[in-house]
Amino acid sequence: MASTETTSKDKEGGDLAGLEAGLDALETVQTGRTPLRQTLLEKVLPPVVAVALVLAGWQGLVSFKIVDDPTKLPSPGAVWQVLREAWLQGELLGYIWTSVSRGLLGFFFALLIGTPLGLLVARVKVVRAAIGPILSGLQSLPSVAWVPPAVIWLGLNNSMMYAVILLGAVPSIANGLVSGVSQVPPLFLRAGRTLGATGLKGTWHIVLPAALPGYVAGLKQGWAFSWRSLMAAEIIASFPDLGIGLGQLLENGRNASDMAMVFEAILLILTVGIAIDLLIFSPLERWVLRSRGLLVKG
Amino acid sequence: MATTLTQAADGVGAATHAARIEHVSKSFPGPAGRQLVLDDITLDVAPGEFVTLLGASGCGKSTLLNLVAGLDRPTAGAISTDGRPALMFQEHALFPWLTAGKNIELALKLRGVPKSERRGRAEELLELVRLKGAHGKRVHELSGGMRQRVALARALAQESKLLLMDEPFAALDAITRDVLHDELTRIWRETRLSVLFVTHNVREAVRLAERVVLLSSRPGRIAREWTVGIPHPRRIEDTAVAELSVAITEELRGEIRRHGQH
Repeated sequence: MASTETTSKDKEGGDLAGLEAGLDALETVQTGRTPLRQTLLEKVLPPVVAVALVLAGWQGLVSFKIVDDPTKLPSPGAVWQVLREAWLQGELLGYIWTSVSRGLLGFFFALLIGTPLGLLVARVKVVRAAIGPILSGLQSLPSVAWVPPAVIWLGLNNSMMYAVILLGAVPSIANGLVSGVSQVPPLFLRAGRTLGATGLKGTWHIVLPAALPGYVAGLKQGWAFSWRSLMAAEIIASFPDLGIGLGQLLENGRNASDMAMVFEAILLILTVGIAIDLLIFSPLERWVLRSRGLLVKG
Repeated sequence: MATTLTQAADGVGAATHAARIEHVSKSFPGPAGRQLVLDDITLDVAPGEFVTLLGASGCGKSTLLNLVAGLDRPTAGAISTDGRPALMFQEHALFPWLTAGKNIELALKLRGVPKSERRGRAEELLELVRLKGAHGKRVHELSGGMRQRVALARALAQESKLLLMDEPFAALDAITRDVLHDELTRIWRETRLSVLFVTHNVREAVRLAERVVLLSSRPGRIAREWTVGIPHPRRIEDTAVAELSVAITEELRGEIRRHGQH
């Protein structure tokens, strides 16, 4: 009797395991990465074509003498020539590095200040009520507005540049974290509490990781603001002792009425801004979203 | 109106109950003054017992579960549990930034299990819910049924004496739900956990429980109790399950009908 009971129980268990394995296999969605060829075709080719078209249009304006004044619109070739010369004289990387190192260092400080500030605003009600609105209001203040007071307070030096970057980036970073925290699903908090994640443990294990997508979006915007503020500061407060960054390059081009140099500077500012975003922030954001299954393909 | 929430100390001697709910009432502020959601509920869950709380919408069954879980406090009465209970939700509530295995390991970590033991323990629990090899899987890579099994494994990782389940299978399709009923029964019988399971599905209640408690709605009161003597393994299509379900459904319908008579 005992043996039949065991066999029937075993059979029961075996059936269930088989049934379950079948269901799991049927319901699991297979996800793979898009093949490289498809990525190139769908993601890389269109912007390349767009840039080529803009360049062709630009060349057309010059070639067909629609705009026939090199002091207003230099040809793409002339701008390329200026870039080439700067490269051959070994100055090009210097311009870029002066600005990028300032921008990244300033952004790093903004990160150190913005993160705890955002956490404080998100988690402490009084602080949130007191400075939350100011923080989001500051985001809409163009950071150029901070250049004159920063020059008066700190003088024409690197500290002034960093101050302007901070004022531009800190609100974005803090706000990103605040909105990330306020979008944490209450279910996660309840689940965390039943697992014993309360107080600081809850913040560390549940709230912060759950808020990461919002935080990363804030970082991305924070970088864009850092870069913009820095360029504004460099253009307005150009001073020989500060070294020539991309903003100064633009200002020097204007002073010399050298339109090719102006275009060179604008192109470099644009390229560096996009490059940092493409190399650092976009991959970071994609990684965060993909690992959570939040990146929708299509 | 004195409210006490005590958690019985573990250790010396076996506890006489996994959860004791004594004269518990709960009201929430509503548009028409305070609204009574639970009215004088008294219910014991014995160690190793499987109890389902059955009721229509508005019977406050989820509210009662929240109170037992300690996520909210009763307006009146007292609740005591043997240690902190584990809780499973209708949604899997797994953390999407962690893999299936790491979700379980987080529960172990928060309970103070040393790092060296966590991985092995998580693998064991995954094997218990028949998800061997799923440790590194991301939550979104799992099917609905698999997610609920990982959630069950995470709840079991708490090693609580009492498992609270808030309609955990309601969002699953019928076949998957049926399979998970078998799984839950198997795991409950292996671990001898106490389970307090909330549902509005009569068949589910009868199929799983040793005792079915019917709650009336607005406010929630205990209307009736049934002891289910049907031997395991049970099937949803068993005649005995069907017969008792018919009787309970009649009673439940009667409770619901009362609300339409004014």
